Order: sequence, then structure tokens, then C-alpha cells
Amino acid sequence: MGSKNAAGGIFDVAIIGAGVCGANIARRLSQYELDVILLDKEADVSFGTSKANSGIVHGGFHHGSKYLKARLEVQGALMFDRLHRELGFPFRRCGIVVAALHEDEMRVVDQLYRQGVENGVIGIEMCSRERMLELEPKLNPDTVGGLYAPAGGIVEPYRFVFSLVESAQRNGVEVRTSFRAEKAEREGDLWKIRAADGSFLSARYVVNAAGLFADEVSRAFGAEEYTIRARKGEYYLLDRMTRARPDRVVFPVPTSVSKGMLVVPTVEGTVLIGPTAEMTDDKTDTATTREHLEMILGNARAMIPSISENDVITSFAGQRPVLEEDFYIEPSRKVPAFIHVAGIQSPGLTASPAIGEYVKDLLKESGLRLVERPGYDPVLPERPRMFDIDHYRADALVAEDPGYGNIVCRCEKVSEAEIVAAIRAGHTTLDGIKYFTRAQMGRCQGGFCTYKILKILMRETGMGWDRITKRGAGSELLSGRL
Amino acid sequence: MRELSYDAAVIGGGAAGMAAALEIRAAGLSCVILEREDHLGGILLQCVHNGFGLIEFDEELSGPEFAERMEERFRASGADAYLGVTVMDVEDAGDRKVLFGYSAEHGILRVSVRAVVLAMGCRERNRGNIRIPGARPAGVYTAGLAQRLVNMEGYLPGKDAVIIGSGDIGLIMARRMSWAGAKVHGVVEILPYPSGLTRNIVQCLHDFDIPLYLSHLTTGIFGGDRVESVEIAPIEDGAVRFEKAFRIPCDTVLLSVGLVPENELSKKMGVELNPMTNGPWTDSRMMTNVPGIFAAGNVLHVHDLVDYVAEEARRAGAACARWIRGEGPGRELRVKAGPNVRYTAPCRVGPESPNKLYLRTLIVKNDAVLEVRLDNRVVQSRKKAHIQPSEMISVTLDPKDLAGAGPDSVLEIAIL
Amino acid sequence: MAEQLICITCPLGCRLEVERLPAGGLSVSGNRCTRGARYAEEELLAPKRVVTATCRALPEDRCRVPVRTAAPFPKEKAGDLIRLLYSLEVRLPVRRGDVLVPDALGTGIPVIATRTLD
Repeated sequence: MGSKNAAGGIFDVAIIGAGVCGANIARRLSQYELDVILLDKEADVSFGTSKANSGIVHGGFHHGSKYLKARLEVQGALMFDRLHRELGFPFRRCGIVVAALHEDEMRVVDQLYRQGVENGVIGIEMCSRERMLELEPKLNPDTVGGLYAPAGGIVEPYRFVFSLVESAQRNGVEVRTSFRAEKAEREGDLWKIRAADGSFLSARYVVNAAGLFADEVSRAFGAEEYTIRARKGEYYLLDRMTRARPDRVVFPVPTSVSKGMLVVPTVEGTVLIGPTAEMTDDKTDTATTREHLEMILGNARAMIPSISENDVITSFAGQRPVLEEDFYIEPSRKVPAFIHVAGIQSPGLTASPAIGEYVKDLLKESGLRLVERPGYDPVLPERPRMFDIDHYRADALVAEDPGYGNIVCRCEKVSEAEIVAAIRAGHTTLDGIKYFTRAQMGRCQGGFCTYKILKILMRETGMGWDRITKRGAGSELLSGRL
Repeated sequence: MRELSYDAAVIGGGAAGMAAALEIRAAGLSCVILEREDHLGGILLQCVHNGFGLIEFDEELSGPEFAERMEERFRASGADAYLGVTVMDVEDAGDRKVLFGYSAEHGILRVSVRAVVLAMGCRERNRGNIRIPGARPAGVYTAGLAQRLVNMEGYLPGKDAVIIGSGDIGLIMARRMSWAGAKVHGVVEILPYPSGLTRNIVQCLHDFDIPLYLSHLTTGIFGGDRVESVEIAPIEDGAVRFEKAFRIPCDTVLLSVGLVPENELSKKMGVELNPMTNGPWTDSRMMTNVPGIFAAGNVLHVHDLVDYVAEEARRAGAACARWIRGEGPGRELRVKAGPNVRYTAPCRVGPESPNKLYLRTLIVKNDAVLEVRLDNRVVQSRKKAHIQPSEMISVTLDPKDLAGAGPDSVLEIAIL
Repeated sequence: MAEQLICITCPLGCRLEVERLPAGGLSVSGNRCTRGARYAEEELLAPKRVVTATCRALPEDRCRVPVRTAAPFPKEKAGDLIRLLYSLEVRLPVRRGDVLVPDALGTGIPVIATRTLD
């Protein structure tokens, strides 16, 4: 993504990390008369923890009210409807059920229920076996009872981030990718931030929303010393043709360590099962393992017996940044004008809109002047997707732009025009285009459309074949020209 | 919305689609092919190697030559073809079917027909389908995608490749990658015997000293941004010996792990599929359970020779034309896949007319016997010098073979 | 020293053992039919392959031109021919069967285009 300010420009706020937290903070700040820049070390936004997670808007019952994360979760969950109306990312309140398979699990369910009530969650319900099977007929008939949170929902996490970033950009926020903040020093009232490639910029305030790498960023600024550890979660994705797709998100009864492995009917019609939860030493390790994948299938089948390995179209893993039990969102006590937004593991996605609000308040308390910007427009123009529209509307669209008639990804019904739109919005890697448009994400996993996307990408950007990557430098797709 | 009307529409303009359309036209009916690519011939155009056409054209051709000769016949037939049209929907409208084709050039085409021949071909199984764990770096391609990149676009997807699966496309790509200047470090096959033709083992692997790892499971793909290695483990006495796993350094992985008929559209129309083939169940005329919808070629079951695809599709086209003319089916017999037979296509025969069936066996055997039994009485018995699952077998049944069949008779095909 | 070969004439895939006789000629065993002996002879004394490739088309943005040898080609020269074909540029239009290289590497075997591209 390009830069409108020259290198060395001065910003009011620099946000490091363009995941779901950074994106929410950036968009929130875009309502004010501020020069804001959103930075990320990767080739595109949402390429870290935010792209590989369960995509759940949680029900507000998993955590006790003493935690900041419980408060932000409940508050954030309530903000999704308005964000969805304004930004149009895929989101649906399909409801969450927690299924108990043994009588003794009902004690925990009872505790979850009371936690939810205490957190102020509306509509939460204790359920009998019959009620559970009525709510979710695909559940294991051995279910003994459970919990129902009707307001829980599902969201496509990367498209949530993309739309937040796009909205922020439309309201003046600058985005710079492939910018790895490596070193920072004070220069008067400013932070001077140097990137790994030698470029630099200055900002009055810095928000550290660097996810798995928040500890490194904190160190680069001479702020608090802490260690972010990575907890890996592996997933399977099932074809939209599967017969095992539930109507609601299905949770097992949680243990003290994790919320357990879920069955998620994604907003796009596929089914996600997982995640595992395993501490790893390598923050970049997103490999899946045979044992864990078998475990996921076993666990998912315990809840929904009709899940079949024949429906699997892909597997993947994501890393969650683990710091302490609660989120760590506060100004540094060691250095000025530096806010930590660290250790944002689950329910970070759900809480993220509230985190945006919370960080805006922290910045204000730290002395940032917030003046409403008159031209602020919260609404993103609708982006047509062939997948969503009928033949008549499609015909009208093709009349406007023939690119809509050229179906590039047949599995997910993505047209050339949508791919061009993704590229023009700054998504110039194969993965970026995939997350933005869903092309390559269906059952053939890019077997048919990859070469077409390569050609469109070269045509639209003028990049040579040797600069086409899967997800940034180092992941080049081609190694030679005949 | 542009509206078109024909007697029949064929979805897909590869070898199957063109062959079916030819026969429909030959019967004096109007016919249109709707093809999503901007050329006819389908996947044949990227199969630039030779070995096609020995049956259909009585000479050995490359894929593009086979396609072009088929296209010349097709053009001469007077049938229409719309290119760059992806059929997204087929609706039932009484005695007609309405197809919705998406196209940049024509907008949305609404095509009304009496009957449809499905000829969409197949797609490659991918990494997710066979659940190879590990990292997700750049450099993992299906063999067919790599073939497209090398042969049509002119790009080399990597310099050091490992090929997973010993299907013919994988073997052909082992040779192609070697010819294009890459080093192929091995072909990994989970079964104890190769899935591809012996001829390809010799000419694509032995000619280039490429090791073939039989009875090996791929246990992981490793790498950061780009593939760095593949890990494989031997299978001994039916058990994977994970402790004997080893890694082969490479920057590219090509997957040749089977093909699946592409029936998403068929399923939407209510066509029922045979779980053995992932293609539709059909009667002896290649008609699916939905009246007026026929299927042929790789969308019905995955073939190993395009010549068989064309032959089967011609029968489907002719049957489709007869159906449109109102020639109803005669009495039909169910065909049972007996011992050592994985499936037969079609799975019904008509006792009043000659029938041709294709089948696949479950076993590898020399000096086998193919037996056709009508109600447990052997009506045909043929010696087969060699059979294996990767080589399709054809059976012809004459009315005399089926004489005496009653309404509840069952025809069984067995391999002994 | 016997040499091992797999006969590819038919799907049976006979495993052939071939010995070079001191007087010249071969002794073949393991074949179930005479085609096996003929295959061994050709494969050991004068192996041939149909060589296929694609050539860069001019103008550059067009699809590559698929080509093949019009007849089986000496195997030992296949590598050199492939290098030649991959460095060849073909100006469009081209018709199927057009001779692009009349005499490939002095073998007398032509290389022809296998697709018509306008």
C-alpha cells in the first residue's frame, strides 16, 4: 500500500500492527482531526493472528466480570451490528450453543450461565437436552443439556479487518505495509520510528498493537519488558456441500485452559472445526500436525457425529498472543506517549471494537486532542459480489463492467471485476486477494484460478512474474520464465 | 438478459462436450456448447505431450492436436459454441431446462433447452483432500496447475521439485519439469504400485533417474515463506513407520493425487451421485436420475484415455437426441459391481440393444478373468492378461448375452 | 551382465532381462511375446522418444506454441533438442502441422506445431 506522506512525515498517532485491534483503533481515530498512520511488517493487513482464528463474536459468558477482557467482550459484541451496517463485512448473529455430553459437565454450564448473567449478557438460556436438540438438530443425541447465547455470532475476521482499514483510509488514515518497526527514539516531543528497510517516520503518540510481536516492539521503544508467547490453534475447513453444517456455533464445555474445539458454520457457508491450543516457541510456526488434526476430527465428531473427513478442503493454523490472563491495555509507565495493546487473545476479535474505543480514551487521557472531523463518513460503499446476487442484478452489473461476467473462481463464484477491485484496494499478493475476494478459498483451493489471478495481477499492477508472491517477499510463486 | 433456445445444451467444450454435441447435431437437432474457457478442447490444450488419439484418430497425437481435430469435426457439424461462459445455474421449467451462463462478452445468457449433457470434466484433488499436515508455504501446486503454468503460460514454478502421487499427470510433469530445467528429487506414492502407466514410469522417471518411493506416506510439508522440504515415511506391513521418516529438500511440491468429477452444478440440479465415482448414476443411455439430463466423460467417472471419453460422450449425445425425439427407454437391467469391481458406468443396461460399459477393478492381477453373470449364470467370460485399478476396462454386451432376462434380473460383473 | 528393462508395449509390463551377446545382438528373457524382444532391441540399441515442448510465441503476450517431433527422435539427443525448442521463438500465426524445424539436430526428423494459433 502506498504512502501519501514523504518519508519522515510527522503523524499524530502511529499504530503498529494492522490486525483487528490496530484496524479498529485506526478507524476510531479517523473520526477526528488527526494524522494517523497504521503500520504493519507484513505485505498486507490482517496477515497475522487476525487471519487465522475461529471468527466468533462471543457470547460474553466465558470470562468472569473481574477481567477487563470480559467487559470489553460484552461491549464489543454489541457494537458489531452497527459496524456491519456501516462496513458490510460478512457477519451474522447465528447464536452459540455450549453442548454438555455428560451430566457432570452441567455444573460448568451452570457456572457459565451465571457468569453470563453477571456480565449483563441478554437472552442467555440454560437448556435441557430437548431444547438443545431443537436448537441444533445435528448435535450428538447423547447431549444432556447446555447453554444457549442467541446474540453470539460469526464474522469473517480478515474481511472485518479489510473493511475497517478501508474505512479508515477513506477517512484519511495512511496505511503502510512491509514496514517493520525496528528501532525508536525520542526526538523532543516525538517518537522517531525506524523500519528494518531504513525508512523512518515520526509520531507524537504510538499504539503498540503488534500482536505476537508486541514484546519486540515494546523493547524497541524502551518500554516495559515482557514476553509474548504463542499458542497455536489448528483448524480444518469443510466444504460448503457438507451435510454436517450446524445452524449455530457449537462449543464444548470449556476446561480451565481453553474454550475447547468448536464447530463453526462460517458466514460464507463452509464449516470450520478446531482449534487446538498448544504453546509453541516459534511465533511464525503455523504448521499443522497429523496428530492434532486427527484430534480435531475426533472432538468435532463427538459433538456433531455427521462430520466426515471427506468434506475437508484444507487445514491451517493460527497463533494467538499470550501474555497474561487478562488483556494488557494501558499507557507505558516507563516511556511517554506509548500505549500497550498486548496479549489480545480470545475474545480479542469480539472485543476489538471496544478496544478501539478504550484506546481512544487512553490517548485522550494522555493528552491527545480529539476534535471531530466534519467530513467523517462511516459508511463504505457497497462492493458487489457475484456470489450474493441474482441473475438479473448480475446482468445489469455486467452491462456496467464486463469484468463481472468473467467468473475467475468457479468454486466461490468470484469474478474478474472483484479481483481487480481487490488489487486496486491494495491487496497485491495471492493471499491478500484470497482473503479479500475468497477466490482460491473453495474446494479446488486455487487449482483452476491461480494462473488466471497471476495474469490479472501482473496486468493490473505492472509487476513482473518474479514479483508475484503468495504473501510477500520470500514467498515468490514462480522461479523462471521459459 | 440475452435469451437463446436450442434442442440441447452441452455444458463444457472439452473432448466429451464436443463429441456429444456432434452426435446431437448428426441427429438433426440444434445444439449449443457452453464453455467457460476462451477455447474449446478443455484440458487437452495443456497436455502437449503425445499419446492421444490412437483409437479416435488411429494415430498418436498430442493433446492440442486431438483437441483441434475434434474441433474441426465439431465446427463442420454446425453446432454452436459460446466461449467464456460459465454456467452457474440450471432451472427446471416444465418440459424445458433453463441454463444461466455468465459471460463478460454476452452478459448473462438465458439458454432454454429440452435436454442437457453434462460434460464439465473433473478437477484435481488437492492437499486438503488428502490432509497433508505441515506448513503452508508458497510452492505447493497441483500437477495440473503446474502443467498449465509451464506449457501454456511459460513459467517454471520451481527449481527443485518433489511430486506426491504417481498418477499420470504427476509422471508427465516429472518429465516436463526436468525438461524445463528443474531437478525432480522424487515421486512419492502411498500404494505399493504406481498409479500411472508403465510407459510413463519408464519414459518420465527412468529416463531422468527420478526415484520412485512406493509405499510411502507424505507426513509433512515444511518451509517458511517457500517450501523447504517434504517429509515422507515408509509403510511396512500396512503400518506407517513414522520413526523411519526422512525429509527431501525441495522448493516445490506438485500434487498428483487423483481426480474428482466436477459435479457441483449437477448436485444443484438434483442429480444423484454414485459415491464410488463421484459422478452421476445413469441408465444405459447415460441419462441421470433427472429426466433430460445426461452425463459423459470425466464428469461421469474419471477416464484414463481421452479416446474413451470421446467414445462414451458420442453415445451420450446420440442417446440424448433419441430422448428428445421421444424414443423412450426400453426395459432396463441393473448392473451390479461384483467381486473385485469398483464400479461400472453406466450402471444399467438395456437388454434390447447393444451396450458398452466401462469399469474399474480393485486389484492388480495377471491372467485374470472377467465374468458377466445374468442371475448367477455366466453369459460372458474373457481372459485378461493384466488388470490394475488405474487401467479402465471396457465390456460390450449384446442382446444375445442378455436374452432371457426377466423384470427382476440382475446382471453382475466380476473379476476373478 | 544382464540389463533390466520393463517392456512398455502393452500394460502387462514384462520385466525383461537382456544380455549383450559377444557376437553382437541381444538375448532377451522374461518377455511373454515377441514384441518384448523387439522392444528390448530398440530400447537398448537405438532408443527413441517423441519429444514435445512449447515455444515462445511472438507477439509475446500470446499463448505458447506447442510442438513435437514428427516421429520418434533419438533419445540421447532429446536433451539438446529440448534446449533448442525452449529457446525457439515462433511468430504467429501458426497452423497445426507447420514445420518449425525441418531437420532437428541433423536427424532428418522435423519438428512441427501441434496447435493453430492466429
